[in-house]
Amino acid sequence: MATNMERRDYSLLGPLNKEAIEKGIAEAEWYTSPIDRKRMKELMKRKNGRAIRDTIIWFATLVILAYIAFLSWGTWWAIPAFAIYGGVYALTGNSRWHEAGHGTMFKTPWMNEVVYQIASFMNLFPATPWRWSHVRHHSDTYIVGRDPEIHAPRPPVWRVLLGELIHFYGGIADLKRIFLHAFGKMDKAEMDYIPASECKKVYWEARVWIVIFLAIIAACLYTGSILPAMFIGLPTFFGFYAVMLIAWTQHLGLNEDVLDHRLNTRTVYMNPIIRFLYCNMNYHIEHHMFPMVPYHALPALHEEMKHDCPKPNSSIFAALKEVFSALHKQRKDPTYTILRPLPITARPYMYGPSPYGTVIQQGGDKKTTEGIGIYGTMDRDS
Amino acid sequence: MGQWIETVDVKEIDAEDVIRFDYENHTYAIYSNDKGEYFATDGYCPHQKVHLADGLVMGNIIECPKHNGRLDFTTGEAKRAPICHTIKTYPVKLEAGKLFIEITA
Ligand code: FES
Repeated sequence: MATNMERRDYSLLGPLNKEAIEKGIAEAEWYTSPIDRKRMKELMKRKNGRAIRDTIIWFATLVILAYIAFLSWGTWWAIPAFAIYGGVYALTGNSRWHEAGHGTMFKTPWMNEVVYQIASFMNLFPATPWRWSHVRHHSDTYIVGRDPEIHAPRPPVWRVLLGELIHFYGGIADLKRIFLHAFGKMDKAEMDYIPASECKKVYWEARVWIVIFLAIIAACLYTGSILPAMFIGLPTFFGFYAVMLIAWTQHLGLNEDVLDHRLNTRTVYMNPIIRFLYCNMNYHIEHHMFPMVPYHALPALHEEMKHDCPKPNSSIFAALKEVFSALHKQRKDPTYTILRPLPITARPYMYGPSPYGTVIQQGGDKKTTEGIGIYGTMDRDS
Repeated sequence: MGQWIETVDVKEIDAEDVIRFDYENHTYAIYSNDKGEYFATDGYCPHQKVHLADGLVMGNIIECPKHNGRLDFTTGEAKRAPICHTIKTYPVKLEAGKLFIEITA
């Protein structure tokens, strides 16, 4: 039996990948809340008009913030001005990368593709590799050894977690990969989720990006200033705090290796401005359970399924407080997991055959599952 | 020569809709496009074992509910990643208000 301090191997090349396949928790069937088929069809409808309007507002906001930042250059006001510009650049780049990547932003496929390519660059997320990485994240959400998008291992590594506020580790890893791809090579872990047929596309995308990097560097040299890179390229790093402060609320502190998004994903209430910048991704349980539903219909989907889900966190601050308290506890006990009771109207949690973390057992008592193998569906805590 | 199997009542399927039909350990998806024409394919997505009948029909396209991959259900052609393989299609006919698909034994 494993001790509580035993570290899990989160690498896609490690033994837990194979173990997950053997246990039947890789590419498995996940729980879905019951929603009337006709209603679901309405919710899944794509709309170009709404997305075009939101894209115009998005670019206009960036241009205005960039202009304010430009005017502030050379004064102390440049610090808040660029912090805001960078935060909005990175957060909206991230949310548009995500929404367009799912193909749910616009009705017209090429529009999704154009926004996807631009937003991928804004995040410095190599476009094709991250498309496939995200496919895996949806197949195997927080299944250790399978999901390449787990934000923090148990116990957390604070240096890496906090370094991501300036995208230090992830950003540098992606830059390395871009250069690797440009030379016609793939990283081994990527080959676990990217089909070989996509490699050529990956290499050419990387080469185009390198040309863009060179153009930004040339602009800096020509103007004798770092300013061009402060608008394109560097905001991915200095603005990434806005991405992480919200992304940390998505899954951290919840179960691993379960087959029910209500157990490993968090829905958090946020104000309309943040929801616009974030494409309503605060409705994260809803998004994971029904990725076909476009961002603008997620609030309505939330209304349809909230009777079947744990209570959402009331704010980003409340969610972060919960996350960091759990991460702090996981330093001593990596199995520590937040338990969220379901409303009486909900169907029981579906833990799957090998949940990791704490589970609610029949009768409502708690049990830590690591190393002891709890099987089957658990009853709700009502 | 295939065998014609009775599937669903045509009233059960709207325009731009898809419905699941299971027959002898096999699952199929029966579609109606935006012109009210009927088509059928295998029921599972060629990417992973997910029922296409839970997806969204847009014209002649079915979008898979799991990763938003797309297929042209009239030809079986893959139209959007992560679906990279074609799907098997089946002839469909409408008789006396019922949809039939032709399967090969
Ligand atoms: S299961 Fe259909 S696209 Fe992945």
